[in-house]
Amino acid sequence: MPRKGKNITMILKIAMVFYLLSTIACLLYFVTPKNSLGRVYMVSAIIGFLLHTVALALDYVHSGHIPITNFQEGMSFFSWTIILVFLILEYQYKILILGSFIIPMAFIFLLYPALLPHEISDISPLLKSYWLAIHVSLAFLGDAAFTLAFAISIMYIMQDNQLKGRHFGPTFRKLPSLEVLDALNHRVITVGFLLLTLGIITGALWARVALGSYLQGDPREIWSIITWLIYAALLHGRLTVGWRGRRSAIMAIIGFSVLVFAFVGVNLFLSSYHNPERF
Amino acid sequence: MGILLVGMSHKTAPVELREKFSIPEDSLSGLLERLKSQAIQECMILSTCNRVEILTHSTHPEEGIHEIKNFLGSGNNTSLISLDPHIYVLQGEEAIRHLFRVSSSLDSMMVGEPQILGQIKNAYTIASENQATGPILNRLMHKAFAVAKRVKTETEIAKNAVSISYAAVELAKKIFEDITDKTVMLIGAGEMSELAAKHLMKNGAGKILVTNRTYSRAVELAQEFSGSAIRFEDFVNSLIRTDIIITSTGSPDYILHHHQVKDILHTRRNKPILMIDIAVPRDLDPEINKIDNVYLYDIDDLQSVVNTNIEGREKEAEKAGTIISEEVKAFLKWMASLEVTPLIVQLRERLDQIRQEELGKTLPRLNGISEQDKKAIESMSMSMINKILHGPTQALKMYSHRQEKETLIRILKEIFRLDESKED
Repeated sequence: MPRKGKNITMILKIAMVFYLLSTIACLLYFVTPKNSLGRVYMVSAIIGFLLHTVALALDYVHSGHIPITNFQEGMSFFSWTIILVFLILEYQYKILILGSFIIPMAFIFLLYPALLPHEISDISPLLKSYWLAIHVSLAFLGDAAFTLAFAISIMYIMQDNQLKGRHFGPTFRKLPSLEVLDALNHRVITVGFLLLTLGIITGALWARVALGSYLQGDPREIWSIITWLIYAALLHGRLTVGWRGRRSAIMAIIGFSVLVFAFVGVNLFLSSYHNPERF
Repeated sequence: MGILLVGMSHKTAPVELREKFSIPEDSLSGLLERLKSQAIQECMILSTCNRVEILTHSTHPEEGIHEIKNFLGSGNNTSLISLDPHIYVLQGEEAIRHLFRVSSSLDSMMVGEPQILGQIKNAYTIASENQATGPILNRLMHKAFAVAKRVKTETEIAKNAVSISYAAVELAKKIFEDITDKTVMLIGAGEMSELAAKHLMKNGAGKILVTNRTYSRAVELAQEFSGSAIRFEDFVNSLIRTDIIITSTGSPDYILHHHQVKDILHTRRNKPILMIDIAVPRDLDPEINKIDNVYLYDIDDLQSVVNTNIEGREKEAEKAGTIISEEVKAFLKWMASLEVTPLIVQLRERLDQIRQEELGKTLPRLNGISEQDKKAIESMSMSMINKILHGPTQALKMYSHRQEKETLIRILKEIFRLDESKED
């Protein structure tokens, strides 16, 4: 298999170093009362993100398709999307502590693609289609939104535990109010649900065009639909019987666990045409 | 002879225990009567929602402690042994220091909150109206009020006061981001709860409902807050549109139970409610906190919120500590001077006795002396006594708080044969 350009790997490595820096700063920010660390971690995260973007863009130019054709690329791209969604939320809502959950995740996801020799897969001609870009971007952005919802849910439960248990730790002041976390969680899940729905629809259409039928019975398809059902139940419960707060947060965490399995588990353990290397 | 203080506070006893011991104001006078005894000459009872303290002046402290403990145990089914870890017994300097700290609000749950001084003044008034206090406690209490005033004006403690109301607002802001569209319900009246409600309104809370067992009182308070009054019987139904409850009724039982709140939450579609229970005994069943989206805090819980704010105030507390140490010293000096007073009186009596005897011998022997001359001789003898006494009196007062005091007293007694004269 051909190697990627050295430049791209190099840039990705530098991006990873910035994410590492940011991870250290944001974890310290989480546990200490020092607010100045917030700025340090944001600046390094933004630099890392820009470099990461450059690496992905070069990759795209180099290969001629969106770089998500193997597990390694998928991880890198996913790392990029969660930072993207985080930055959008941060810009809008200014919840600095959210980064303490997201940045370390992004860093870990990028470790594997940045450190291992970068390969370009010979992708099946079937995947060389504009459908790939649309379907996969939608699905990844949806997953990123759910990841953010997961982080927000963890924050909600932490804050709820402090308020319920009357143990007010150092994070009490930094964590936003329950009302904000709950509203944000709902908003992010709604957006994620829309993106996932569109991702599934485009996937089905693409399958119809390329393979002849909407559903292939592929594990990834099945797990996506299970995920979709969980989030649908969560949103439905909120609209009808007023599920909110802790209950929504727990549901979002369950949804995310299923999603992680659908992403990692399916790729690693099950044979699926969503894993291009096994195609 | 000494000051003796026995009590329990939020620092030593949980609210469940304190509420058993809290003493209603109208039963105080009877209890004060009961407390005075052979060993206890002067006494005063302070009972607030955070503390129960009995302050006495006792000639026999050991017996005094025993009597006070019996007294505390008698009104309850609690055995004295199980009570011991929650009770503090302070004597002399320690007791005075504690009293000064409490009056200055340094020992309060919300350090610096102003109410405690008013509560102490009230307790003192009741005690003195019932003739339970005497010269020592009178002096001590007036000193305590003066110390509180000094601490208030000379340190930032009071300004920095992290009051219950502040804690309530802080909690509200961590549950609800924005309280401008939230409704507050004030149940019952009370300085602390009204303060909390006022603070919430000042921070922008949208609406306030007021309820009270006495409807007219509710109407009155509602006017004060520009809110609306509701009847006490209806308050549970109104909880459906209430986001923050502050309650402080005098009810001996819970006024709101787990199942009621559960139904309300269901009707509210789980919109969160913050409940602040300032009452002792408590108004709200603690089980309520187990319901999702309900956040219940009693007076002890607010403590932990306040603890997160404590840092910057330590310096001021130190300053206040210095003031208190000064004042404790001054009061101890006065107490010690009381011990030498009887000796001074004795001395004066002894000399006066000699004077009278000598006058009785001399005057009848002086014939043809005018009334005027008689008076002149008497006043001369009087001023001689005063001149003679001046030195020893000064010395006694000066040495009153020092080690040498005992020696000095012994010498004086020997020189003037005071003990003999008593036997005469």
